Amino acid sequence: MIDNSKTGMSLIVKTITRLTVGLILLFGIYIVLHGHLSPGGGFAGGVIIALSFVHLMLAFGKEVVTSKISKNLASNLESIGALMFLSIAAIGFFGGSFFLNILKKGEPFELFSAGTIPLSNLAISLKVGIGLLAIFLALVILEGAKKER
Amino acid sequence: MELHILLLFMIFAAIIAIEVKDLLSSVVAMGTVGFALCVAFLILKAPDLAITQLVVEILCLIILIRATINKDLPLVIEGRWIFNTVSTLVFIAAFLFFGYQALKELPAFGEPLMHVVKKYLEEGTTSTGAVNLVTAVILDFRAYDTLGEATVLFASVIGIMAVLRSPGRKKIEEKEK
Repeated sequence: MIDNSKTGMSLIVKTITRLTVGLILLFGIYIVLHGHLSPGGGFAGGVIIALSFVHLMLAFGKEVVTSKISKNLASNLESIGALMFLSIAAIGFFGGSFFLNILKKGEPFELFSAGTIPLSNLAISLKVGIGLLAIFLALVILEGAKKER
Repeated sequence: MELHILLLFMIFAAIIAIEVKDLLSSVVAMGTVGFALCVAFLILKAPDLAITQLVVEILCLIILIRATINKDLPLVIEGRWIFNTVSTLVFIAAFLFFGYQALKELPAFGEPLMHVVKKYLEEGTTSTGAVNLVTAVILDFRAYDTLGEATVLFASVIGIMAVLRSPGRKKIEEKEK
């Protein structure tokens, strides 16, 4: 992690961010994976994952995230998420119709159950989270480009 | 009872957000409307919606505050305020009248029609395997709706990326000439 004392917020904010940002990311992943068991799901979990990156960007300055995830990589990942969701829908054609849940249902209350629903949650979280992160990155990069001119 | 207090609070916060002069205060008042809506979802026993509303509200507030924190854009109201007030009141009265007429036809609050929902509630867990019935509905029974929402979000992200792209090299060279 780049720790430049000139960019970003004060030392207190940076220390608290270092402690909490991993927990926020883990909570987002938990919400996505347990979408078929507990409240939440792909949309909310994806936004929480995006918020953990936004948190990093606000506390440490934008270079921490923009050096790892460029705008093009973000939009590519978002398109991959959308295509994943469509292909999960197309899997249903093996059973006869669009969006048919043909995978094994499994036992209720277990993590690996409910057929295609956890896979759809993963695809939607990738799409929504990376999509919102791409919007934020576009806004931040635009602001930086305006200041340079 | 709590719900009515929350609704009144939301209406007052929305009026404050419209009437206040400072842009940042307006954004903060809009944020209180969103968080009160989140608590209202919790009271109505919809935790899925409450989580989604909370996180999306936080993201929107971050973006709006970052956009407005260093800008001074005072609200300008001048001229024609009599016409504006009268037309606003007329439209509010018309909206309330037709809303009252339409809401009389709907089932009462808390007693929905249960023709389709009953089947989902009874067979949801056995036919999809998902314990969370909200997820079972949005990703299995009504997955087409979710596909439409995903398409809307995808289109909006494409639009934002196209509008906010940095100027190309050709355009910068043209400007320097």
